[in-house]
Amino acid sequence: MRFMMIVIPKGYESAAPNAVPSAEAVAKMMEYNRSLQKAGVLLALDGLLPPSTGARISYTDGKATVTDGPFAEAKEVVGGYWIIQVRSREEAIEWARRAPMANNEIIEVRQIQEMSDFPEDVQKAAEGFENLTNTSAVKI
Amino acid sequence: MSKIHQTIEAVWKIESTRLIAGIARVIRDVGFAEELAQDALVAALEQWPEEGIPEKPAAWLMTAAKRRAIDYLRRGQMLDQKHGEIARELEFQQQQLSNALDNALDQVIDDDVLRLIFIACHPVLTMEGRVALTLRLICGLTKAEIARAFLVPEKTLGQRIFRAKRTLSEAHVPFETPHGEELRRRVESVLSVVYLIFNEGYTATSGEEWMRIALCDDALRLGRMLVELLPGESEIHGLLALMELQASRTAARRGRDGQAILLLEQDRSLWDYAQIRRGMTALEQAKKLGGGAGNYALQAAIAACHARARTPQETNWEQIVLLYDALLQISPSPIVALNRAVAVGMERGPAAGLAELDTLAAEPALAGYHLLPSIRGDLLIKLGRFTEAREEIQRAIDMTQNSREKELLLDRLERMPKAHS
Repeated sequence: MRFMMIVIPKGYESAAPNAVPSAEAVAKMMEYNRSLQKAGVLLALDGLLPPSTGARISYTDGKATVTDGPFAEAKEVVGGYWIIQVRSREEAIEWARRAPMANNEIIEVRQIQEMSDFPEDVQKAAEGFENLTNTSAVKI
Repeated sequence: MSKIHQTIEAVWKIESTRLIAGIARVIRDVGFAEELAQDALVAALEQWPEEGIPEKPAAWLMTAAKRRAIDYLRRGQMLDQKHGEIARELEFQQQQLSNALDNALDQVIDDDVLRLIFIACHPVLTMEGRVALTLRLICGLTKAEIARAFLVPEKTLGQRIFRAKRTLSEAHVPFETPHGEELRRRVESVLSVVYLIFNEGYTATSGEEWMRIALCDDALRLGRMLVELLPGESEIHGLLALMELQASRTAARRGRDGQAILLLEQDRSLWDYAQIRRGMTALEQAKKLGGGAGNYALQAAIAACHARARTPQETNWEQIVLLYDALLQISPSPIVALNRAVAVGMERGPAAGLAELDTLAAEPALAGYHLLPSIRGDLLIKLGRFTEAREEIQRAIDMTQNSREKELLLDRLERMPKAHS
């Protein structure tokens, strides 16, 4: 089973475009990342630049509207993620509990959907889905 | 199982390896270390549902294991001697053991985990003993889980683990990392155990066999652990590459009804390309370390040729034949030769493939092996020699025990044009 652990850091919704974490926080996070790697569960990880460097595109009646960050209305924004492979939802939660997070920060644990999770009729309706997801795969 | 028990099980899967390694480092006996850790788990199962999960579960478990260790020490001493200086001596030993175990968790280094892996895969054990101990000590699986995965009764599995631990103790296997030539030999043993676990999962045939399919993930996890512990050993990267590349095809290997789908007929859009990328990276690493010609690296390189081909027609068969040549040189095997013949058939045409197969016909190891007539049949179909093809495929059907394979062959027989000869 694969899970995404999504980091929702407090205050990141209004962080300056050039905001960087402290060396101390990064060192702690690296130690945690290493523990995931040594346990053989880590598949991927990334951190995201602050929302003030991003944009939101919202859709109304088929019309797309672009809003540059930061987003005044956003209370929780994503700061980064890990993808881990574990045996159970509980194991993913236990790994999240071990992350060195600051006060009031949140990690959301979500299982990655596999096509085999769907009932057969939905699988049929989604036929060709992998074609879509894999066209973007890096050439190998 | 209740929620709290699932959580305890998850904590166990994360912490048990380092816990056992830490205890074994102090008491120098892996079997006893595992028992103490198990006792700690039992204590957790009794107390955590009441008290909640402790802040530092690993430290809690270590304290519980320590208590049991001191109990054992006291009882052993009481039996051995009854008089004299025993009280003071015992107190001294208890204090020492207690301090050592208190510090053990903080001192667990990667080498301890590595030693534990080497011991679980020790050549003094039977292969099934190695597999069971590895899943138990390194992957944190319960006896019930291992038993279900290997389709044996839990009691049998328990005896297997008991015997393995007794063998280790009788052989006085030291808690050490091997060096030099011995290291190479021991790494080989570890890799063969990991690949066996992977293949057990890979050959599982349906979703109902979920416990077995999960073995692939366990083996991959072991492989990823090992490349971290021994980053300089090229064959470990080679094996990891092979497993990632093979596992990347999992979703394409079975049809909706669970029937096997052969490599060249798979829907390649179902392959996991992120996993293929991980496999390619591991293979590159094996080559960079000078291990491109290792057994697992060569097999991975063959799998990589398939992974690179967007369609079966794009497959670089010439390269695959060369890789099989290299593989035959380092580990000659009739099965590898058989696979090579298939590749030759793809590269130079069915007649050339058939000629290769004829050189293997007398191979005693292949007598009764259904793939030989099955492949012959395939090549004969391509040459339009249907009567002969029909005979070969019928022979293959009679030879195979596997019902899925049988279905596949019967299907081929039915699809063959009837009138020609």
